[in-house]
Amino acid sequence: MPHIFRAIVEPGLLSSGPVRTAILVGTVVAVTSAVVGVFTVIRGQSFAGHSLADVATTGGAGAFLAGVNQFWGFLVVGVVAAGIMELIGVQRRRGRDVATGVVLGAALGAAALFLYLGTQTSSTTGASFTVLFGSMFVISPDTVPALIVSGVLALVVVAVLSRVLLFTSVSPEVAAARGVPVKAVGVAYLAVLAVAVSLSAVAIGTVLSTALLIGPAATAVHLTKRPARAMITAAVIGTAATWLGILLAYDSYYWPPSRRGWPVSFFVVVFVVAAYLVSYVRRPGRRPPLDRATEPGHDRDEVTVCSPA
Amino acid sequence: MAAPAGDPLLQLEGIGVRLGARQILQDVSFTIGAGEFTGLIGPNGAGKTTLLRVILGLQPATSGRVLLDGRPRPRRAGAQIGYVPQKLAIDADVPLRARDVVAMGLDGHQLGIPFPSSARRERVTLALQAVDAERYADARVGELSGGEQQRVMIAQAVVSRPRLLLLDEPLANLDLRSAQGVVSVLARLASDHQIAVLISAHDMNPLMRDTSTVIYLARGRAASGRTADVIRPEVLSTLYGSQVDVIRAQGRVLVVAGDDQHADGRPANGAVITRRAG
Repeated sequence: MPHIFRAIVEPGLLSSGPVRTAILVGTVVAVTSAVVGVFTVIRGQSFAGHSLADVATTGGAGAFLAGVNQFWGFLVVGVVAAGIMELIGVQRRRGRDVATGVVLGAALGAAALFLYLGTQTSSTTGASFTVLFGSMFVISPDTVPALIVSGVLALVVVAVLSRVLLFTSVSPEVAAARGVPVKAVGVAYLAVLAVAVSLSAVAIGTVLSTALLIGPAATAVHLTKRPARAMITAAVIGTAATWLGILLAYDSYYWPPSRRGWPVSFFVVVFVVAAYLVSYVRRPGRRPPLDRATEPGHDRDEVTVCSPA
Repeated sequence: MAAPAGDPLLQLEGIGVRLGARQILQDVSFTIGAGEFTGLIGPNGAGKTTLLRVILGLQPATSGRVLLDGRPRPRRAGAQIGYVPQKLAIDADVPLRARDVVAMGLDGHQLGIPFPSSARRERVTLALQAVDAERYADARVGELSGGEQQRVMIAQAVVSRPRLLLLDEPLANLDLRSAQGVVSVLARLASDHQIAVLISAHDMNPLMRDTSTVIYLARGRAASGRTADVIRPEVLSTLYGSQVDVIRAQGRVLVVAGDDQHADGRPANGAVITRRAG
């Protein structure tokens, strides 16, 4: 048994400093992203999450160029972008497409420039890879406290706003009539989303950050119909994927072709997607509408047709 | 038909709403008594939703006032007025049970993590029972049918024990049987729980049996009173500003407006305001 264990878990895994940092930060990132992600899925705002990740690329690349840790670039630009997205109405389904598309195009164009300039001046080709695809093994130890505090802060805000976030996503008008400042809640939520995306981008890069945000949450809402359980399930899935990813990435230092290791982000995303696919297969069948016996002519399909009164 | 019950609960006095160049509502006045079941009838675009939003305080009126219990409506009537908006779009994947959605009506506006208590659970169950929906209390709300979801939203609106319940076109997109089920639930809420119910609809027929009074809205103006007094050619012709016929056939009412112009200048296309449902 110890033999098999050693075959899977490379000796020295837990005594390695970068690995311990990766596990600590990875766990905080996975839990934060998963919990925030459940609200993202419920509120139907994964598009906003993806947009924030795109914009964060610019921030990360700019921070790298300026010699600042990329997390601060992700965070500052992400939070500012969240405010701008609210202004241009990303929360409204209509009208967001064109405006957001233009803004995202401009942001990624700037990111391309920053990354290019960054590789020219610093001669470390790994920078663009780190911004885009992340690496939990190269997190600088002095940003760890900031990462943990940001994650905890995001979780606290989500906990405080949890009922309001659910209420405004299901019945925004009723919530408004009950005195909930719906718009302010939406902005606060986008800010929290920006923090989660920034954390996720540090761990697995801006391009893949939505995988850790949406993947575990989308899996969890398949598996349970209760919001609190969905958050716990998503956190467990995200954390498991992160730990397994770190484990395999550490193993992969002895793998072909280069024997320099495979990217940890790849493994994390593989496990996230695998969990999602398994949840689809194992999903218990939906119950037939209870109406059918008592109210013939079940009307579920017609309810989407709304006349503008 | 029961006469208006109880004291005046809600009074609108000369409500007017102007949005830009459009006069949406003009000099709308009526009174609703406690426990009264009233239909708010009118064609699409007549201002029904705007009127409900004015009562809720979501839409400021440019003139007139809203009184609750004879006093100006507090800025936040909060739990006193329940509201079921028209549009409902809950994806099948959303991890919320019917009972979670109902609980939002109780404390969804509060901060912090909900403290589960048997009293809270009991109130949610009672609200679901009041709308005959306790069977699917634990079902995923996005997987319920339109009629079932409508009942859940009504339970959400009444769980805070409001004295007035406003519903915006709750019967639109429901087949006749589901619509009648919802209407009888509302009639029971009005009579058993003394909740005044104001329900908007473009077709008054599903409401005829249970509502005692009607507010008819056309071109931003309103006529209100007992159904038999309002749904008459003379009253509605004045409202529309053109010849209107009221046809009663097989226990159903059809209001036929001529080629008048709506307040916004759009022709009404000889609109048959009520149409055969189902």
